[in-house]
Amino acid sequence: MDINEFIEKFAEIFEDTDRAEFQADTKFKELDEWSSIMALNVIAMVDDEYDVLLKGDDIRGSETITQLFEIVKSRK
Amino acid sequence: MYNPYSLENKTVLITGASSGIGRATAMECSKLGAKCVITGRNAERLNETFSLLSGDGHSQILADLTIEKDIETLGEQSPVLDGFVCNAGITTTKPINYIKQSDMDSLFSVNTFAPVILTKTLLKKKKLSKDSSVVFTSSIASETQAPGNSIYAMTKSAVATFSRFCALEFASRPIRFNSVHPGMVNTEMTDNLIFSKEELEADKQRYPLKRYAEPKEIAWAIIYLLSDASAFVTGTALKIDGGVTL
Repeated sequence: MDINEFIEKFAEIFEDTDRAEFQADTKFKELDEWSSIMALNVIAMVDDEYDVLLKGDDIRGSETITQLFEIVKSRK
Repeated sequence: MYNPYSLENKTVLITGASSGIGRATAMECSKLGAKCVITGRNAERLNETFSLLSGDGHSQILADLTIEKDIETLGEQSPVLDGFVCNAGITTTKPINYIKQSDMDSLFSVNTFAPVILTKTLLKKKKLSKDSSVVFTSSIASETQAPGNSIYAMTKSAVATFSRFCALEFASRPIRFNSVHPGMVNTEMTDNLIFSKEELEADKQRYPLKRYAEPKEIAWAIIYLLSDASAFVTGTALKIDGGVTL
């Protein structure tokens, strides 16, 4: 699993946020476009692309994209 | 003792009886004197429900309602019924951008198509007696919108719609058909949702009664619709939602 690929797929979910804003240490919940619906989309993307079932608690417990990536990686 | 809500001398088939609302409904029906025919697809959990029933004369039939042959067999093995609780259901949380055909196939299969085919099968095999009552488990999702819930909501509004058509077509028998529409209920299905405990706690605060339902609180509404107390009620949708749709 590659972090850059994960960031890419993560960024694709968003419509208005500039691609450059998505970095490994981006605190995604601080993005203007972040919402509870975005959280559902992230969970669905991870299910589709990585076959890993995240729960709301995983999103809650992660601040940066890297932290979320590590959770997904640990469950592969 | 005078009790128009009694289920004495009534035989009731309950699908999805291995957990949640189905299990609670079987248990409460048995307490009110019904002979229960319970069905589910997990032998161990179905047997657990069976062991929790009060009184005797109950039976259990293992069936996977997504398999048409199992529906046929269930229809054949079922005794003549005074009540049918068409309750088995599954859910998923998918935002619209991630909906897949396979998600729709599995949810519609269990939540909508199986109820239609099983109802038809019981009717054709004359297993629903004159004056019997059928209750479908729908959901307030059929009229409310929560992100990620579109597929589940479509399946549940479809089954409520089917219930009204049955009510009309079989009124002359008479067989009554109604649906119950719970809000969130404390079941495994709710526990297994992707939402965090904190999110669920916050959601409970949206309910005027400040909590989710217990499964038996849905069972009691189903029992009303099965009993003679609702003899003039057909084609209705009964909300049991702690006021959340107000």
